[in-house]
Amino acid sequence: MTNQTQTETVNNGVNVEALLGAREALEATPAAAQFKWRAECTWKDGTHSQTTINNFFGLGEEQERGRTFTIDADHPEQFAAANLGATPVEIVMSALASCLTGGVASVAQHRGIQLNSVTASVEGDMDLQGILGIDSKVRNGFDAIRVNFQIDADASDADIKALVAQSQKRSAVFDIITNPTNVFVNVN
Amino acid sequence: MKHVTTIIIGAGQAGLAMSKQLTDRSIDHVLLERGAVANSWKTERWNSLRLLTPNWQSRLPGYRYTGNDPDGFMDMKQVVSFLDGYASTIAAPVEHHTKVLSVERRFDSYVIKTTRGIWSCASLVLANGACAVPVIPKCASAMPETIQHVSPLDYKSPDQLPQGGVLVVGASATGVQLAREIHQSSRPVTLSVGEHIRLPRIYRGHDIKWWMDALGLLDMGLDEVEDLSRARKLSSLQLIGSDNGTMLDINHLRSLGVDIAGRLAGINNGKAQFSGSLSNICDLADLKMGRLLDSIDEYATQYMADQQLPPPHRYAPTDFGAPPNLQMALNDGRINTVVWATGFRPDYSWLDLPVLDRKGNLNHTGGIVDAPGLYALGLPFMRTRKSTLIDGVGDDAAYLADHLRAGLHRRAA
Repeated sequence: MTNQTQTETVNNGVNVEALLGAREALEATPAAAQFKWRAECTWKDGTHSQTTINNFFGLGEEQERGRTFTIDADHPEQFAAANLGATPVEIVMSALASCLTGGVASVAQHRGIQLNSVTASVEGDMDLQGILGIDSKVRNGFDAIRVNFQIDADASDADIKALVAQSQKRSAVFDIITNPTNVFVNVN
Repeated sequence: MKHVTTIIIGAGQAGLAMSKQLTDRSIDHVLLERGAVANSWKTERWNSLRLLTPNWQSRLPGYRYTGNDPDGFMDMKQVVSFLDGYASTIAAPVEHHTKVLSVERRFDSYVIKTTRGIWSCASLVLANGACAVPVIPKCASAMPETIQHVSPLDYKSPDQLPQGGVLVVGASATGVQLAREIHQSSRPVTLSVGEHIRLPRIYRGHDIKWWMDALGLLDMGLDEVEDLSRARKLSSLQLIGSDNGTMLDINHLRSLGVDIAGRLAGINNGKAQFSGSLSNICDLADLKMGRLLDSIDEYATQYMADQQLPPPHRYAPTDFGAPPNLQMALNDGRINTVVWATGFRPDYSWLDLPVLDRKGNLNHTGGIVDAPGLYALGLPFMRTRKSTLIDGVGDDAAYLADHLRAGLHRRAA
């Protein structure tokens, strides 16, 4: 009961009722829970590429968003590139931070915790001897990623830590980064 | 074909508790038992295992532990003798060495084929155990062939394992207990840790089970938890029944030299891959333990003369050491054995009734299965959090026996 009373006064802009409704509906019809996310990337020039994102498949049919998002990726000038976008690895870090931050808001709403501000700083360690092929023992990807949250919320420190922990537990990008995934790349 | 009003499948604590309730209600019944009373305790548990609940908590309808060590923990011989004693005290009509081969519905009866003849009955109680089949992750099939697989149902002691390293998968009660004794047998253990529940064995002078009982956590019912399906899936508490109050957590295992890795995420090209989420897994467990200890301290302040108790205490956060390895070779001879401490499920392979959901779980509401006169006992959080405990099955059996009797009266009317 306390949770419900609190939910009425707490507003993080997350429609928890809709999310819980979706969970219930998709539990009953697992086929509708099968989604396919898509992105299309076009080479522009040098290391600059542009990805567009719009439609996806889910809830049993093709879905349109009514707008197309564009993400530019490039390398910085230090790599003798045109610097027309963030590097792909930074976009991965951005995806992780966004996923965890959205999760924090959703969990906070569900738990009746008012958020005042949330900032996530992400830092990833990478040894470039990997991607440059200097040392085959060094992996291409991150050695470690650290996410530091600064959260101002009407809750105890332990409750805030529990929000962040629960957000990781339910995060798609956290799972994508921490667990292996089969990747198939084809040339048509 | 022999006919009886009610058949109970299984003569462990659940079946016996139901037998007592049926006898008290003058309902004729038999228990079909594949082996002897307390068969799983007798044949499918490891040698060093003791109950996770203290002796005083071994309470069944009309029967309880009366020895002189209420705070001790029964070993398996003692559990078997405790349940044998119960079976004779209540004169349970057990058909021993009678393995059920199939159960089907014929007209308004259940027909049960067994290795010792065919039975029919009006009502049927499935008390065949929640831990009958080990749950093993799909990736097990990708293990190199040189690795020996061991399930906790077959494991007795470290001597039966080959020399060399052992990967123990799962860090609930089974996983941490086996990791410790295998590691202490000079077989270096790597423990793969997924979500777990970390707890001290003794807190402020009382056993943790005493506190959980006092706080009413064990009596919490179906309406009192927010997410029942989650409550039913929770792993066992990271505890060991031991007289010295050891807290068998990751910090303890690390101090003994056990290597800690994340959840087993996959096996590829002869290598085990572990999830990079271990830090969060440990945070979740530490936070959960902190919340429980907070509630205990609040309870102590409110209801007990807490000045007379040892003071509140908070444990060091879980420390899994240097950034854990994300992969480990399984084909270089360092690891020879994998122990799957990844949970159990009941066996319904012989149940030819449309009562299982798409995941193979029994469709039931508090033990009342979606079929006339069909009941279950002893499942995780079946009616309360203690439904799987010896201490919890009696209340469940009493409730279901009333429901069962009412059903028989309706049939007769």
